[in-house]
Amino acid sequence: MKQDLQFDSSGRLKHFLTIEGLSRQTILQILDTAKSFISVGQREIKKVPLLRGKTVVNLFFESSTRTRTTFEIAAKRLSADVINLNVATSSTSKGETLLDTVRNLEAMHTDLFVVRHDRAGTAHLIAAHVPPHVRIINAGDGAHAHPTQAMLDAFTIREAKGDFRKLRVAIVGDIQHSRVARSQIHALNTLGVPEIRVIAPRTLLPTAIERLGVVPHTDMRTGLDGVDVVMMLRLQHERMSGALIPSEQEYFNLYGLTLEKLAYAKRDAIVLHPGPMNRGLEIDSAVADGPQSVILPQVTNGIAVRMAIMALIMGGSAEPRSRRAEANP
Amino acid sequence: MSTTVDIDAAIKRMGEELRPWLKKHPLMVGIHTGGVWVANRLHRELKLPDALGAIDISFYRDDFTRIGMNPQVKASNLPVSVEDRHVILVDDVLHTGRTIRAALNEIFDYGRPASVTLAVLIAREGRELPIEAEVVGTRMQLKKRQHVKLVGDPEKLALDLQEVDG
Repeated sequence: MKQDLQFDSSGRLKHFLTIEGLSRQTILQILDTAKSFISVGQREIKKVPLLRGKTVVNLFFESSTRTRTTFEIAAKRLSADVINLNVATSSTSKGETLLDTVRNLEAMHTDLFVVRHDRAGTAHLIAAHVPPHVRIINAGDGAHAHPTQAMLDAFTIREAKGDFRKLRVAIVGDIQHSRVARSQIHALNTLGVPEIRVIAPRTLLPTAIERLGVVPHTDMRTGLDGVDVVMMLRLQHERMSGALIPSEQEYFNLYGLTLEKLAYAKRDAIVLHPGPMNRGLEIDSAVADGPQSVILPQVTNGIAVRMAIMALIMGGSAEPRSRRAEANP
Repeated sequence: MSTTVDIDAAIKRMGEELRPWLKKHPLMVGIHTGGVWVANRLHRELKLPDALGAIDISFYRDDFTRIGMNPQVKASNLPVSVEDRHVILVDDVLHTGRTIRAALNEIFDYGRPASVTLAVLIAREGRELPIEAEVVGTRMQLKKRQHVKLVGDPEKLALDLQEVDG
């Protein structure tokens, strides 16, 4: 089982690979801890010593600016040493296998790997092969999962709206190729959101998406009607093969979030977007820069949430612990 | 198991002992959770004009890599700058001194205070660091396996004494 990898033998969160298998209590603990880290970010000295002496490697096989940067800042604010590796342009192009790359970095005493890869399951694969004191965070694997993004979205929703159990949420856009959407759906379901809708053209809606506990819509008017939260997705040109949308202009006309379409939602609805935004394609600038947008707070919150996740999985990770455990069982 | 310590009287005594500090225009900071309760009472008793600060030392603990994160971290909140101020740091129980070390580190990440004075409701034996309180509500002789902590609601504080195995 994939998600069993996430926990150690005493049931403590060890790796952060997917939202699936996490309890509501665990998710809330991450959100609560993140709240405390927000205040650290507002201080004169924005650093706490929790991960002093630890080495964090950002292992990105797929390019990213925002996610990598927020992970880097998060690790640095926890006092860890951070190394960024853009592997797409490095060892693997010389023929080294994925696990060889990881083993070499392990030999340099890395404590935590933050992994992004265009193949689903990469973070799990690495987690299955590292020694017990090494931790893995999934920063996006193919179209499978992007669990830290889902956590920062949940945090942002909670800050603006409070109780998840009273909310109607719509996720709009390229559901088919979106690891963000999958993780969001799992997180919001676990947090008890009673109504989650997904809105997309049929070609971008996975078949049997209802099984994840969501209601599919192909029309923005009915889909956005009365929602509290609108979560936009990026149209993933790079993951599309073939003509799934007729034209960008027509996509924008039907599914682009404009002020007119946003008016179907509740007056105080908030708008999220994981970035990077395609302005004029899935979202209009008037919405992205408007008063209902929480897109920039999402970025700020992303640092605190990633600090919380790193701190929670790294706590109790000291190598001598296992030796002590052997010494007196 | 309850004890016979008169907490209200002890806090009153601490307030009297702290009175000479008033001329330094001190800033009071409590350590979550019991320390904030005691600090609240002292803050009121001394009628301090500046808002009470509260810190949670979870992010500064020295046993983090061994035992992990406290599941209930509270946000630290220092509404008034500690820069160049005389800080009265308040906790409920002084035992090993490690909590105080963590609290000092955290306070210094907010700024450079002019001085820090430690006031605790209960001082017990077992220091593992060169840290002592200047103002002590009461001293308790406890065995190593006995744990004491402040419980109840902030207005009606009580001491809880427990024996731990091992």
